[in-house]
Amino acid sequence: MADSTFAVPELAAVEVHGLTREAFLVRGTLAAVAVAGAGAAGPFVNRAFGASAPSASGDLGILNFALTLEYLESYFYNTVAKSAGLTGDAKSLAALIAGHEAAHVAGLTAAIKGAGGTPVTSPTFVFPASTKTQKGFLALASVLENTGVSAYNGQGPNLMSKAILGTAGSIVQVEARHAAAINYMIGLSPTPDGGFDKPLAKAAVLKAVTPLIKS
Amino acid sequence: MPNPVIEETGPPPAGALEVLSRDPSERKKFLKMVGRNVGGAAAASSFAVFLAACGSSKKSSTTSTPATPTSSGGGANAGDIKIVNYALTLEYLETEFYKKVIKSGLFSGPTQSLLQTIGAQEQMHLDALKHAVTTLGGTPVAKVVGKFPVNSAAQVAALAATVENLGASAYLGQAGAIVNLEILAAALSIHTVEARHAAILNTLNKLSITPDGAFAKPADMTTVLAAVKPFLP
Repeated sequence: MADSTFAVPELAAVEVHGLTREAFLVRGTLAAVAVAGAGAAGPFVNRAFGASAPSASGDLGILNFALTLEYLESYFYNTVAKSAGLTGDAKSLAALIAGHEAAHVAGLTAAIKGAGGTPVTSPTFVFPASTKTQKGFLALASVLENTGVSAYNGQGPNLMSKAILGTAGSIVQVEARHAAAINYMIGLSPTPDGGFDKPLAKAAVLKAVTPLIKS
Repeated sequence: MPNPVIEETGPPPAGALEVLSRDPSERKKFLKMVGRNVGGAAAASSFAVFLAACGSSKKSSTTSTPATPTSSGGGANAGDIKIVNYALTLEYLETEFYKKVIKSGLFSGPTQSLLQTIGAQEQMHLDALKHAVTTLGGTPVAKVVGKFPVNSAAQVAALAATVENLGASAYLGQAGAIVNLEILAAALSIHTVEARHAAILNTLNKLSITPDGAFAKPADMTTVLAAVKPFLP
């Protein structure tokens, strides 16, 4: 079954709740509609495992989760970047991205208020000394942007509101563009996951960014 | 290689595409203009023509009525099948375009290998979407080979950027309409890869990586189909 299901065998290794997708299929739990090529099973399967169904309050939780990530990125490009000794193309790229991340913070804040919620306040952040150099800054920028893409992609199917899905989609496309440009600049593949960007569950994203959150 | 033929929306001057793809504001204007021109009934019939051109295996021979690639079945999945077949059509256009480009001998070194990577990823999208249509109970649209001009490196690079930015907008435009969550997740996963392609190709063309600024704009099916129409066989 696994062979015929995957037009793209490498996707069999996509992790779903700690199981590989392949293991998942073997257990026969996946719904009949298996999309070949989707790192995609992740969010769907999250729900199948009993995560709460989409709801307005769920949407607000997801928006606040996204807002926290945008606070992090915005601080990184608007503040940490100033001490990173950036020059040339790296400096102008970081400046471009800084404006976008600040706009994402503002856009998500407005979306949360518009949906009747309360936007979370920004945590305080701590960044490693490595970000004092251009090389270290760009390396972390790559991690943050690519993680951001995975985080949004992981939450998309959990959203109830189509309007909020549209907003999230419009932001994630920009994050993906950032991720590709930074990867390209530092000699990494602009498409590190290949043909299909892999979604990440919320817990995995939080685990990845926790070291940068002071309080 | 003949210039692309446009039947209804009026032929742009030669090289217009290069202008459009170099200048994001021009492209937006163009898309808006096309979107306005192709409204209502005109949109429906151009969509039908488009499908006929795609070699849809639909039995009905009428092309004067609005049609979808999946009118022959799909039941509850009909909407998703239509969207996935639409995406599949775009992926066919992209895949065949890159095949032609890679064989053209216009590129070498890192650019050639970037184009090979992108082309291979479009093929992966195509395979996955084709499979998805079948699993949803639909019939995948037939292969469509576009008439993309491949005459110079600059022309190809500009066209590739146009196609990728359009593709990213197209996926974004469908996200809210997809019902099946696995299909949605797959579409999101492809969407951001198309965005990555677009950003790098924009860089090669010395264009902004984010032509829409901080929030990418979606494009609806009518707009996208009108934009690719000049390249249909």
